[in-house]
Amino acid sequence: MANDRIKARKIRVLPGFKLTLGFTLFYLSLIVLIPLGAVFWKTSCLTWPEFWSTITMPQAMASYRLTFGLSFCAALLNMFFGLIVAWVLVRYKFFGKKIVDALVDLPFALPTAVAGITLASLYSKNGWIGRYFTHTDEFGQVQSIFSSSRLGIFIALVFIGLPFIVRTVQPILEDLDAELEEAAASLGANRWQVFYRVILPMLMPALLTGLALSFARALGEYGSVIFIAGGIPMKTQITPVLIMQELDMFEYGKATAIAVVMLVVSFVMLLGINVLQWWTNRYNTNNLA
Amino acid sequence: MTPVATTFHVPPAGVQRRTISEPPWVRRLLIGVALAFISVFLIIPLVFVFTQAFAKGIGFYLHTINDPYARSSIWLTLLAAAISVPLNCVFGVCAAWAIAKFDFYGKNVLLTLIDLPFSVSPVVAGLIYVLVFGAQGWMGLWLNADHPALPGLANWLNEHDFKIIFAVPGIVLATIFVTFPFVARELIPLMQAQGRSEEEAARVLGASGWQTFWRVTLPNIKWGLLYGVILCNARAMGEFGAVAVVSGRIRGQTNTMPLHIEALYDDYNFTGAFAVASLLALLALVTLGLKTWVEHKNAVQHERAIIP
Repeated sequence: MANDRIKARKIRVLPGFKLTLGFTLFYLSLIVLIPLGAVFWKTSCLTWPEFWSTITMPQAMASYRLTFGLSFCAALLNMFFGLIVAWVLVRYKFFGKKIVDALVDLPFALPTAVAGITLASLYSKNGWIGRYFTHTDEFGQVQSIFSSSRLGIFIALVFIGLPFIVRTVQPILEDLDAELEEAAASLGANRWQVFYRVILPMLMPALLTGLALSFARALGEYGSVIFIAGGIPMKTQITPVLIMQELDMFEYGKATAIAVVMLVVSFVMLLGINVLQWWTNRYNTNNLA
Repeated sequence: MTPVATTFHVPPAGVQRRTISEPPWVRRLLIGVALAFISVFLIIPLVFVFTQAFAKGIGFYLHTINDPYARSSIWLTLLAAAISVPLNCVFGVCAAWAIAKFDFYGKNVLLTLIDLPFSVSPVVAGLIYVLVFGAQGWMGLWLNADHPALPGLANWLNEHDFKIIFAVPGIVLATIFVTFPFVARELIPLMQAQGRSEEEAARVLGASGWQTFWRVTLPNIKWGLLYGVILCNARAMGEFGAVAVVSGRIRGQTNTMPLHIEALYDDYNFTGAFAVASLLALLALVTLGLKTWVEHKNAVQHERAIIP
């Protein structure tokens, strides 16, 4: 390894290493690392019992349960339908396929505020979809079952997480070797067995990566959720909304403490996703070899 | 968190030709399920935005868009994107050059750090800038103490009413943060795959560093760069959560388009909110169109590279 490095330095003919790496590190520190450091600095202004009581207060605990539970459910639903969408896009021909393929990325391209007001109106009691799903609340008012409810948050999280599974599974499915399926079929496996025993295991790393990406995205989501669900404490208040409401009350210490919890979770997710992607790549190279 | 989902993929030819396939009824069922899912979650909402935007006619639509507050929000959104996209573009090219063309220790750590902003919640992204530049934050405390090294700086800033948080600079900073990885994420794998032999050949043949970059590297990465810029721009113009934290939501001054949409919606001016939203939805459609076009262009370039 050390020898390689010396060799690399000897034959390094391209210029600009110090300049580009220097600028990269400078810009990264200025925009990302130093501001992120401010969160931990602000937290250190709190004593440990203060910090602990803030991040474990009932309202915060309820928000974690809600955020994690719904994000996971939304990611699971996306995994199921995302696999079907990816499958259909790769294997079948049908009218409008190119448009559907391009539209899958809509949740990436559509600003969350637009998604938020659209879903909120669409699923409200007068909306195109919400009007078919109403109930009468405790005050005798007709309400959509999606407005200010967990179901509404769920819908928003499904929307924003939709492209992740499709886009992670699609390339793997395209590269899949047809010979494996043919071999399985010629050995007497029926179509379901081929899918379940041959194709699905090969898609597993990509499916899990997509699940993790979709889950991680949902954890931090704010814009599309706030309009449909509001932020009723203990009921529809997800963690980012809780942070926002603490900030609106100028409770910077509390907001920061909860933000630290979110950040630690994000770091763990990022690490996990990197491991999953490494697994996906290794799995693929092995299959191709 | 989007890297996997947004990188190029060139499908191999002949995937469609299969000796084994599912029975027709299974195929139809799966296509039906996929289309139903896409319709409910993507197509209906998209149609809904435009229908609602024109619900009170074209006159009301134009009136809403021409409103001074709406106009100032459009300008602010364009300004934030015009500053953040070029900066992140320069950063992306620099980071990709350093990472793809050279070997050094800690490369994987650097790659992970570049990805960080994708995994941070937008609300937290806004919060960190409040903690750095806000009145109760690092800079605020430092300026109030009136640091001896910079006598009078706090007074000068106060006199000129220079603010970062609840003002335009904060909005720009938050936008830069949330769009930070886009260009770098596109270029790094692309330039790693291309290797360094072409640039080395150019250098050996006597080209200067800049000539090598402009004549060899840039033509090779132009589609990837454009792809990253398109995605970066879409996010920059649409960011809501991070900007909401640092903006202070002063109408006509610190409201971007997404914040103006929220303000109109909270005023129960739904048609107005959807009118402004339709502009951003249009931007999203243009983004998707350009993205598909660039993917196609890149595939063509790839084929030419493989079969000379």
